[in-house]
Amino acid sequence: MVTKTTDMSTATNTPIKDLRWFNACRVEDIPADGGACIRHGDEQIAIFNFSRRGEWYATQNLCPHKRQMALSRGMIGSAGEQCEPKVACPFHKKTFSLLTGECLGGEPYHIRTYPVRIRNGKVYIGIEK
Amino acid sequence: MSSSTLKPTVVVVGNGMVGHKFCEKLMARSSTFKIVIFGEEPRPAYDRVHLSEYFNGKTAADLSLSMAGWFGDQDIELHLGDPVQEIDRVHKTVRSLKGLVQPYDFLVLATGSSAFVPDIPGIEKEGVFVYRTIEDLELIRGYAPHAASGAVMGGGLLGLEAAKALLDLGLPDPHVIEFASRLMPRQIDSAGSHLLESRLKKLGLQIHLNKTTLAIEGEGRIEALQFADESRLKVDMLVVSAGIRPRDELARLAGLQVGTRGGILVNERLQTSDKDIYAIGECALAGGMIYGLVAPGYEMADIVAANLAEGSKSFKGFDMSTKLKLIGVDVASFGDPFIAEPDCRTIVFEDRYHGIYKRINISGDGKYLLGGILIGDASAYNLLLQTVNNRMSLPADPGDLILGYRSGAPEGAGAMDLPDEALVCSCESVSKGDICKAVTEQAADTIDGMKKCTKAGTGCGGCIPLVKDLITGTLKASGRYIKNVLCEHFDHSRQELYDLVRINEVRTYDEVLGRYGKGDGCEICKPAVASILAACWNDVILKQATIQDSNDRYLANIQKGGTYSVVPRIPGGEITPDKLIVLGKVAKKYRLYTKITGGQRIDLFGAHVGDLPDIWEELIAAGFESGHAYGKALRTVKSCVGSTWCRFGLHDSVSFAIEVEERYRGIRAPHKIKGGVSGCVRECAEAQSKDFGIIATEKGWNLFVCGNGGARPQHAQLLATDIDKETCLRYLDRLLIFYIRTADPLTRTATWLNKMEGGMSYLKNVIINDSLGMNAQWEREMQALVDSYHCEWKEVVESPELRRGFTHFVNAPRKKDPHIAFEQMRDQVRAKEW
Repeated sequence: MVTKTTDMSTATNTPIKDLRWFNACRVEDIPADGGACIRHGDEQIAIFNFSRRGEWYATQNLCPHKRQMALSRGMIGSAGEQCEPKVACPFHKKTFSLLTGECLGGEPYHIRTYPVRIRNGKVYIGIEK
Repeated sequence: MSSSTLKPTVVVVGNGMVGHKFCEKLMARSSTFKIVIFGEEPRPAYDRVHLSEYFNGKTAADLSLSMAGWFGDQDIELHLGDPVQEIDRVHKTVRSLKGLVQPYDFLVLATGSSAFVPDIPGIEKEGVFVYRTIEDLELIRGYAPHAASGAVMGGGLLGLEAAKALLDLGLPDPHVIEFASRLMPRQIDSAGSHLLESRLKKLGLQIHLNKTTLAIEGEGRIEALQFADESRLKVDMLVVSAGIRPRDELARLAGLQVGTRGGILVNERLQTSDKDIYAIGECALAGGMIYGLVAPGYEMADIVAANLAEGSKSFKGFDMSTKLKLIGVDVASFGDPFIAEPDCRTIVFEDRYHGIYKRINISGDGKYLLGGILIGDASAYNLLLQTVNNRMSLPADPGDLILGYRSGAPEGAGAMDLPDEALVCSCESVSKGDICKAVTEQAADTIDGMKKCTKAGTGCGGCIPLVKDLITGTLKASGRYIKNVLCEHFDHSRQELYDLVRINEVRTYDEVLGRYGKGDGCEICKPAVASILAACWNDVILKQATIQDSNDRYLANIQKGGTYSVVPRIPGGEITPDKLIVLGKVAKKYRLYTKITGGQRIDLFGAHVGDLPDIWEELIAAGFESGHAYGKALRTVKSCVGSTWCRFGLHDSVSFAIEVEERYRGIRAPHKIKGGVSGCVRECAEAQSKDFGIIATEKGWNLFVCGNGGARPQHAQLLATDIDKETCLRYLDRLLIFYIRTADPLTRTATWLNKMEGGMSYLKNVIINDSLGMNAQWEREMQALVDSYHCEWKEVVESPELRRGFTHFVNAPRKKDPHIAFEQMRDQVRAKEW
């Protein structure tokens, strides 16, 4: 598998220099145009390989609607003219922006997003120091 | 409020449904009034129409018409439990029971009515009640446990409601005593009454007609009723519901004109003999009539509000058409229900088997509908009422109006033909024009949205189907609904995409999106295209795992908490003891909850995603295969035991069910498909509630198609009779491919047929007479699917690469999700509540 070395900083207010990057998994662990879950301490993080667009995203794995560890198993896609990347929870199809974490159905749910960086076939997630 | 002293004061006497509606209407029209309400009852206005639901678990709060705090928010002064005792017309004040003296500029009397209690000896005895207010109901509820039998005096609308209340309170077989020769004498005719009577008898009511009650007997408390025909009926309690009497005593005291038989006399503007005093609702005598229904009362409320606010509106009488559900039986009457030949021509339909009676009265020249009666099935009520009220011209065969469009025109056709002023929601007086305008100008394109915008459908709810048709019709007319597209990423319908995929031999989602779509797809088009690809090519679906719906992606059904359930195929519901033992062993080993499903299979719940391949490895080794319970695919073919054991069985239904299930197993479709095979007409497999049902006859099999259970159950319809097995399978091949090709996503066969122009006769023509000339091709396509069947789980179990996808943490594959938790229940586990 050929992988580029890319930075995929998803929307976050934390300046890049204040982030600590950890190696979450290998690129091939995450299916093309899909997601998978990794554990980091007690945290569960969903990582999405949006291969169609050459983009990577990461969010919390917990769907805030019914508090289910499920977002990594959701389908990804795009919404609207701007093609906002999104994920749909497999439980009740609540959709969330992968950029902002906002619930696209207009409900007051919000999920946390993380910046992603790809180096030498490995996936790194940035968390605040 | 300093400004409120400058505002003219409207005092409303009575806080019932109509009085409350008046306040709403006045507030909506104008903010220049201060409103003061005096109510006799201790609680704010509530829904008296649905009073009997109080015994059905609804609380006083559920029935309340306003949210708590509404009155305060609206700057309305509300005095409850404090009826007005006196009106001083000279000084324009009212005095309440508690001694409050309130000046008014305008006075609105909405005092309603009281139950009419006939003057029968013994009427004062303990155990005799009226049925009018929540307090009355509480008294009845308190007394009912001490009574072994009960009766209702009055077989009118309210009387039958009261009888239902007694049924709900657990009184066995309550009696209904009616003075007239028929039930609901104001609404329905003798034939209708007869039919209603037989339906109510089945529900446990005992109906006595032509009964004049002479006396109520008993020592202090009621023990029996004595009738004029010298018969006697022993009862422990009696609810009197013999009609209403307008509450006009306050008006009489104030010297306002009243009718000779009661009711406050009003003119067209609903003014009493004092121009600053109005009367509305059941206390008002308008045009010589007391209107005892809520809809005309609301109309009066609106008229007075309009007259106070700006202008001049007059009450020109009100259509007394009504539709209600009495103890679960639809009863409706509209227009002039009683007009008879030779003044009209009448069409009557009576079905005593199903308990349905319909009568329509048509003008002598056959052009217009004058009125009618519907019992047992009032689904046509809205359209018929509109046809009367708007003098719409009748179809060539007016019988179609009550017998359904025998040519197969879809239900709801005609809603858009109504004129704009047609009144659709009579409770809230919302016209067709109002509804269409709310769709186009306020984007109210759902029932909930429409309720918010116009209040249509918030009263009795009877107009909701018509409102739905109008929303759909308006959307179509404005072009927003015309093109049936899959989602924002495809400008094609599912049927169009199916054809494009098949004709151009497209095999992946990315290619479909690249060639025919835009954007990056979504949770709607991905599974829809996945279903099309599976139906066309029957490839291993996990080769494109991430376009599958969540259940298909893991070949299992995700359950509360994030575990999965496992359902192996048990064709026809037949299973050997050895296989049962395997299921038990596997369930114990992986700590799974077990339950028999509705489709004669065994469901194992609570499997961790990482355990799924191991579980299936053991099941497959024991001879099981995937049951496709996770897919929009053929699920089960249920069977009864049939002629191999059953003494009634005509043919071997189990063997046929297994053959059919194994033929179509795994085939993916727009929605799940279920079948059933019964060995005789007793239908123990409930095949007529399935997408296809096969029932043995002396000569072969009858094939029923396009039924389903679920939220909107529908019986399957007969496609062919007395056919042999081969013909049956051939018809099924054609039907299923036709369905898979043409149905919208997530559309079940029943809905597919409902939407099909020409309906069942068209479908028969296609399947049996090959009217499209497609049958040979469809049979080939089905055979290709049958021949390419493979067990999806076997593919996974045998592929290390596919197995790798079944893990919760990709960076810790052996670790299970610590978030998953179970609780114990009846010696098994269950998912923890979310």
